[in-house]
Amino acid sequence: MRRIISVLLENEAGALSRVVGLFAQRNYNIETLTVAPTEDETLSRLTLTTSASDTQIEQITKQLNKLIEVVKLVDLTEGEHIERELMLIKVKATGAQRAEVKRTSDIFRGQIVDVTHNAYTIQLVGTSDKLDAFLRAMSESVVLEVVRSGVSGVARGEKILAV
Amino acid sequence: MRCLQEEGVDYVFGYPGGAVLHIYDALFRQKRIQHILVRHEQAATHMADGYARSTGRPGVVLVTSGPGATNAITGIATAFMDSIPMVVISGQVQSHLIGTDSFQETDMIGISRPIVKHSFLVKNASEIPLIVKKAFYLATSGRPGPVVIDIPKDITSPTELFEYEYPEQLTMRSYSPAVKGHTGQIKKALTMLLEAERPMIYAGGGVIQGEGSSELIALTRLLGYPIVNTLMGLGAYPGTDPQFLGMLGMHGTYEANMAMHNCDVLIAVGARFDDRVTNTVAKFCPFAKIIHIDIDPASISKNVVVDVPIVGPVKNVLTEMLEAAQARIAKRTKVQTSRLAEWWTQINAWRKLDSLHVTPAADGVTIKPQEAVKAVYKASKGTAYVSSDVGQHQMFAALYYPFDEPRKWINSGGLGTMGFGLPAAMGVQMAFPDETVVCITGEGSIQMNIQELSTCAQYGLPVKIINLNNRSLGMVKQWQDMQYESRYSHSYMDSLPDFKKLVEAYGHVGFQVKTLAELDDVLEAAFALKDKLVFVDILVDPDEHVYPMHVAPNGAMDDMWLKKGVRT
Repeated sequence: MRRIISVLLENEAGALSRVVGLFAQRNYNIETLTVAPTEDETLSRLTLTTSASDTQIEQITKQLNKLIEVVKLVDLTEGEHIERELMLIKVKATGAQRAEVKRTSDIFRGQIVDVTHNAYTIQLVGTSDKLDAFLRAMSESVVLEVVRSGVSGVARGEKILAV
Repeated sequence: MRCLQEEGVDYVFGYPGGAVLHIYDALFRQKRIQHILVRHEQAATHMADGYARSTGRPGVVLVTSGPGATNAITGIATAFMDSIPMVVISGQVQSHLIGTDSFQETDMIGISRPIVKHSFLVKNASEIPLIVKKAFYLATSGRPGPVVIDIPKDITSPTELFEYEYPEQLTMRSYSPAVKGHTGQIKKALTMLLEAERPMIYAGGGVIQGEGSSELIALTRLLGYPIVNTLMGLGAYPGTDPQFLGMLGMHGTYEANMAMHNCDVLIAVGARFDDRVTNTVAKFCPFAKIIHIDIDPASISKNVVVDVPIVGPVKNVLTEMLEAAQARIAKRTKVQTSRLAEWWTQINAWRKLDSLHVTPAADGVTIKPQEAVKAVYKASKGTAYVSSDVGQHQMFAALYYPFDEPRKWINSGGLGTMGFGLPAAMGVQMAFPDETVVCITGEGSIQMNIQELSTCAQYGLPVKIINLNNRSLGMVKQWQDMQYESRYSHSYMDSLPDFKKLVEAYGHVGFQVKTLAELDDVLEAAFALKDKLVFVDILVDPDEHVYPMHVAPNGAMDDMWLKKGVRT
């Protein structure tokens, strides 16, 4: 089952490599990974998605918690949550295709953020599923490049992950 | 150096080199800490490890950058797998040279990452006191383990002055090991234990590391339940006690494995359901409800899903459980006591099989390795510190030298590191200069760190080395016999040295024993030489196998080979 794990990490050199190393070393799988400093400069927030069974996920969270630099973590998929991923997609846009690409982008509430004679760059934000659906919808077009940020997320309601 | 003194460090095991010369100079100019110069950095880590296992205090290692650091890796991994407290200080090239492939540079933090509890790269000299404090705290608290401090050479320069202040207290927001078990869980576990018809206690190395041995003994005796120890846990419960069924697992005794397989309530204490214990996990303890006490939450339900997990220090949890048990034991019903008696009747029937029985060689001359270990037990009065290397001799030592006290059995259980035995014994001997320290080894393992005979000479370490010499890599050969139709692919040790002459060249005493008749006398003579390192090369039966042995793959705990060609 797909899981989204959000981690507060000491913002120290080498902390990220311990998280990534742990996954490799214990044969777990990272599907997406994003990390950035938080408003508290001593902390980074890392969000990763992985596919694992319930028993595997229990081990993964326990092993992550064991890392000295991991301050706190939450498995967002255990509760109601909001997840978002950002995608930048560069598509060939010439002739009749120009209007078609624009239409599809609008349907998905994408924004065209860069334009040339031959190409559009579209920015799309949503769940990973929505981004996948958009890519499928664009299958008629010539997709030149796709960049995805990986998933970020936060719990719904007043539940927070903080020190 | 001052930080190490603050931590009460008495010995540092190490080897100098360019990147640590400033530190070595500081060592030279002080008197409180004694440095032990090894002949290879791997041995420094094993010595520190032996020191830590026997005393419970962290072992300290000092090595230089590059090859010094990489040579230490095997010893760090060994300590990591067995949760041994250790602080390893490695030199690093100067800060401005890091990342430039400079001379003797290696990314020690990177290389050691998967095998340390934590590691630090020092960036400023002023950080040293706090980092050292953290390193010792992390190494020794919670589930212990090795911690690496990598220090670039410029950081230790005598020109790097800072206002020295050693932190007295330490709190880390991201690290707070459990100090107490959950009372509700402990009660629940105790109820389950008291209601058991076929109870079983399975205790591991965590009992020794967590100083919980006396509480375990008290609880086990109060309950009157059978107990087994893992390879790492030997000595946690007295090996000669009637409630003790022996070691369990791949080479465990018949009664230990049968009782494990058939129990209805199992309590695991400071043990981690290692694959060498469980055999096929899916077939492990099929009738049992399982209670698991461990300081490390990640150990719980990792390999085997348990019914009552208790996260906490073994000593603390057992104390609480013992107090509660004392109040409730009298309420045990007659039915319960008679069920327990039936269980013991069954266990004693399994015991009658005498799975550790040794049949002497038909010629009356050839020494069986088991007989050699028994003779060592006799000659050392069963009270020695015993280290081992890895292989058949390790299992023979574990099975035929019962330990009545914790911290006396020093072996690499998790990583299975050949070459561990001699330096580990040396570390023990440093800590306990007046005690008898024995290294039971084989002609394969001993050659992996034999250069340390020189260190022994330098520091006058009177370790007794018992070499069970079967002229082959015995455990490899055993598997080749059992699974590869005796095709001995590279398990034969040709062109062995004359060990007697070799140790004499190092200035020690050597004996060779070839016949059963002379075994006891030679060992007695060897152990009488209190102040000498004695190497006893015992030529043993090269065809002996270690039994019992789990049937694998796909076997359960009660599937065992009992002797050649005989299965349960």
